[in-house]
Amino acid sequence: MDPAFLDNSLWRNIYCNLAGDSAGCAAREYSAGMLPTGMEWLAFALAAAAIIGLFVNGVLGGVIVLIWGERRLFGRFQTRTGPNRWGPFGLLTPVADAIKTMFKEDVVPKDADRILFNLAPVMIAAPALLVFSVIPFGVGTYVADLNVGVLFIMAVTSLTTLAVLTAAWSSGNRIAILSAFRSVALLISYEIPMALALVGVIMLAGSMSLGQIIGAQSIPFILVQPLAVFVFFIAAMAEMARAPFDLTEAESELAAGYLNDYASMKFGIFFLAEFMAEISTSAIITVLFLSGWRGWEPVPSHLWFGAKLILVLFVIIWFRMTLPRLRIDQVLKLAWKGLFELTLINIIVTAVLIAIWPEPTTTRLWIMAAVNWPVAIISIWAVSKLLGTSGYDDTEPDSDAPVYPVATEQIPGSAVHISGVTGPDTQARMSSPANSHIEQGGN
Amino acid sequence: MAIKTQPVTVNLGPQHPSTHGVFRLRVMFDGEEIVDVEPVFGYLHRGSEKLAEERTYTQIVTLTDRMDYVSPMLNNQAYMLAVEKLAGIEPTQRGVWLRMIAAELQRIASHLVATGFLLQDLGALGTPLIYAMRERENILDLFEMLCGARITNSYLRPGGVFMDAPTGFWLALDRELVDIVNTLDELEEYLSGNEIVFSRTKGTAVLAPELLINASITGPMLRASGVDWDLRHRNPYDYYDRIEFKRILHTASDNYARYWVRVQEARESVNIIRQCVAQIEPGPVRPSFDDVPRLIRPPKGDAYVAIEGSKGELGFYLVSDGGIAPYRMHVRAPSLINLTLLRDMLIGGLFGDLFVSFGSVDLNMGEVDR
Amino acid sequence: MTTPWSGAALAEAIEAFAPGSTEKSHGGDVWLKPEAAFTVCEGLKSRPEFKFDLLSSVTAVDYIDHFEVVYHLTSLPKNASAVLKIRVGLGRTDAVVPSVVPIWRGADYQEREVWDLMGVRFKGHPNHKRIMLWEGFPGHPLRKDYVTYDQSIVASLAPDDGAYAAGSETAVEPGTAGSQPAPGAGAEA
Repeated sequence: MDPAFLDNSLWRNIYCNLAGDSAGCAAREYSAGMLPTGMEWLAFALAAAAIIGLFVNGVLGGVIVLIWGERRLFGRFQTRTGPNRWGPFGLLTPVADAIKTMFKEDVVPKDADRILFNLAPVMIAAPALLVFSVIPFGVGTYVADLNVGVLFIMAVTSLTTLAVLTAAWSSGNRIAILSAFRSVALLISYEIPMALALVGVIMLAGSMSLGQIIGAQSIPFILVQPLAVFVFFIAAMAEMARAPFDLTEAESELAAGYLNDYASMKFGIFFLAEFMAEISTSAIITVLFLSGWRGWEPVPSHLWFGAKLILVLFVIIWFRMTLPRLRIDQVLKLAWKGLFELTLINIIVTAVLIAIWPEPTTTRLWIMAAVNWPVAIISIWAVSKLLGTSGYDDTEPDSDAPVYPVATEQIPGSAVHISGVTGPDTQARMSSPANSHIEQGGN
Repeated sequence: MAIKTQPVTVNLGPQHPSTHGVFRLRVMFDGEEIVDVEPVFGYLHRGSEKLAEERTYTQIVTLTDRMDYVSPMLNNQAYMLAVEKLAGIEPTQRGVWLRMIAAELQRIASHLVATGFLLQDLGALGTPLIYAMRERENILDLFEMLCGARITNSYLRPGGVFMDAPTGFWLALDRELVDIVNTLDELEEYLSGNEIVFSRTKGTAVLAPELLINASITGPMLRASGVDWDLRHRNPYDYYDRIEFKRILHTASDNYARYWVRVQEARESVNIIRQCVAQIEPGPVRPSFDDVPRLIRPPKGDAYVAIEGSKGELGFYLVSDGGIAPYRMHVRAPSLINLTLLRDMLIGGLFGDLFVSFGSVDLNMGEVDR
Repeated sequence: MTTPWSGAALAEAIEAFAPGSTEKSHGGDVWLKPEAAFTVCEGLKSRPEFKFDLLSSVTAVDYIDHFEVVYHLTSLPKNASAVLKIRVGLGRTDAVVPSVVPIWRGADYQEREVWDLMGVRFKGHPNHKRIMLWEGFPGHPLRKDYVTYDQSIVASLAPDDGAYAAGSETAVEPGTAGSQPAPGAGAEA
C-alpha cells in the first residue's frame, strides 16, 4: 500500500480498519483490520467505493443546501422573503423542486439525435463531480492529492464546452444552436485568463498539488496575488455562465437557449451541474486563494473551509443578483483585451519576485503583497482606460446640439378658429349667451 | 475566399418573456446582427372602437381603462376631455384637480414599469424591477383609496370624477411622494452609475429628431432627441397652465436618453402633484344632475382632443350624432405609432440590443391593438 | 396654446397654392378632393406658411352613404393644428384615397388600420396589408353594416318574422352581410 495514500486520513480510517495486513497501517499504529490477509484488493475497492460515495453524496447535499440558500438570498436582495413554505424556513424547497422535476414528462424532440441528446447531461455532470476529487475539505480529507491538481482542474472544467455544444446540437433546434455558439465562444475565451491567473499561485507555491499550495499559504494568496484573484474570479463567473455573463441562458431573451428542449430529469441534471460548478469554483478559490482549511487551532479545519466556502458563494450570488447582463461582443472584448493582459502582468511581476526570493517566508510574502497591490490597482485602471469606459460624463443632455424649432412662429390671428362649443380650457360656460353659437371662420 | 453564411429567421413569438405583451417579431439574423425585422400584432385586438358605438359615454370609460392597461387614469382623462369638448361640459374645479393628481400618479407608475422592465431585460434578474414594482404597488394602493380599483379605475365621469378622495388619502399621498422620490433616486443611481447599463444602452438605436417627427412619434421618445414638445406645456389642458414644471429634454436620442427622460419626468410629476395638492379647494367633484345629466347627449359634431399620455400623444376623436352613444370613436394610440420606427431602430444592431431597444419604445400592447 | 386653423382661412390658403383642391369648409374643418389630396398635403408639410410636420392622426368614419377620411395635423414650429377631411366612396362604392406615407411616415400603421377595419384603400401605400386582423378575414368590422357573428345568429333565429328567417332572401350570413368586401377580400399585398 503506497504510503501516500495513507496520508489521506479518510482513506486511512476506512482502509486500515478493513485490510488485514498492511505495513503502512502498522507503521501508523493502526490495528489490523477485519478482512483476512490476502484480501487487500477487496479492502481497497471497498474503501474507494465508500470514499467516492461519501464525496458524491456530500457534494449533492451541498448542492441542495446551495439551492435553498441561493433562493433565500435572492429573496433577501429583492426585499422579499424567499421560499418559506416547505419545511421550516423553506428548507425542504429543493426536495420539492427535485420531486417536481422528476415527475415531469421526459420529452425528446422528434428531430433530436437521441444518443447525443441523452449523453449531454452526463457529459456536463461528470466533469463537475470530477473536480471535487482533488479538493481537500479539511486536514487530510480528500479523494486524491494529485501532484498536477491545478492542471487537472483546468482540464476537467473545460469539458463543459463540449457538453454545451452537444446538448444544443442534438436538440436540433435553431435557437438552441444560436445560443450554444455564443456559449462556446464565451467559454473558450475565458479559459485562458482563468488558467493563466493560476500560474502566479503555482509559482509562489512551487507545486501544482493542492495540498502543497495550501501548505505554502502562510498568508492567504488573496493578499499576495490580487490581480490573479480578480481575474480568476471574473473568468470563473464567465465559465459558470453566471451573471453578468449569463447571456447564454438569458431567460428574458432566448428563453433558456441551449437547454430549451430538455425536460424533466435531464434538465434537472443540467441544473445540478450548474450548481455543482458553482460550489467547485468556490472551493477552488477557497483552496487556492483563501488558504483552504487553514485557520486558528480551536476551530476544526472543516469548519474553516466551510466558512470560507460560504463567503465566496455569497459574493458570487451577490454579483448575480445585482449586475445586469453583458452583450456577447462586450464579453469577448473583456476577455481578450482586458483579462488576458492583466494575467500577463501578474505572471511577469510574480516571476520577478520569485526570482529574487525563490522560497518566500511569511515576511517575504508580506513584502510581495505590498508590491503586488499597487501594481494591481494601477494595471486595472490602465486596462479599463484601454477598454474605454462608456462615458460617465455625458449622461446629461448636450447643450450644444441643434435645437428643433418648436413654437417659434405663429399663424396669423385671422386664421385662428374660434370654437363654438366651450371646453375645459375656456372660461365661459355653455349657457352663457355671449358665447353660444359663435360664427365660425376667421375674419 | 468569402465565407458564405446564411441568415436565420427566428420567430420571437407572441408568448415571450420580454415582449411586453402579446407581440410577435419575425427577426432575420446574420450571425449576431439583425438583418430584417417584421412586427406582427393584433393579438390583443378587442374591437374597442366598435364596442364604443354601442355604449353610452359613461360606459365607454370602462373600455378606455383597458386600452393602455398600465396607465388607465390617463386614458380616462383623454377620453373625458374629448367628451367634455364635444358636449360643451364645464368640469368642476375639484374634479379637475383630482384627475390631474390621479393622472400624474399614473404617469409615475407607468414610467416605473418602463424603467423596471428595462433593467429586467438588461438582465438584472429582477432586483431593480422589484423595487420599482414595489413603489408602483403603493401608488396602486392610493388609487384603491380614491376609486376602489387598482388598475381598471374608471375614475372619471363627464365633468369630473365620480368620488371624492377619502380623508386618509391626503396624508397617504404626502408620505407616498417622499417614498417615490427615494425609489426614483435609487433607480437613477442604478441607471447613471452602472457601467454595464451604460455600455448596453448608450449609443444604441439613435434616431434623428426630423425622422421622429415625420414618423409622428411623440412623448419621451421625442423629448429624448431634444424636441421640446410636451402637450402639457404647448397645449395645456385641465389646469396645467397654473402649474410650473420643468421641461425634460435630452439630446442623445439613444436608449439611455429615453430612460433618463422617463425617470426625470417621474420626478417632475411628483412636483406637479405637490402643486396640485397646494391649490386644490373643497367643492363638488362632478357637476350636479341639473347642469350635466347623467346620460349625456352631445350635439352633432366631432371633437379631437389629445393629452400628453405616458407614452406620447394620446388622442380621442369622437363623432356624435346626438344620441347617447358616440357615432364613432377613434383612439390615437401612441404605442402603435411609436412602433413605426422599429425597423430603423433594430436593423443593423446586434441581437443583444433587440429587447433593450424594443423596451425603450415603451409599448403597451393593449394600446397598440385596442 | 395650440392655435387651431379655422376652416375658411385654411381653405383659402390651400386654394392659393393648389387651386380647385378644396370642396368646402365649415368650422375648423376643410374638405379636400381625393385626387388633389397628395399635392395639398405635400404643400402643407413643406410650405413656410403652414409647416405641418407632425401628422397626429389618420382615421376614417363611415357615414352610411359615404366614407370620410379625417387627418389631424400639427405644426410644431407654429404650434398650430388643422383638420382635413376627404369624402370618398359616395354611394358606398369602392373608396380610394392617395396615401400620405411618402410625406409623413407616421401614417404607415394608421392607414393600414383604416384599410383593415374600415375598408378604405390607400393608393401608394408601401405595405398595404391588414394590421390587426389576419389576411383572409371576411369584411371590414368597423363599417356600419358589418354584422358580427352573434348578431347574425340572432338574426337567423328570429322565428316569426319571415323577413329574417334562415333561407329567405334577406337572411344574413355571419360576418359579411351587406358589407362590400373589396375584390379579393383581405388578400391584399
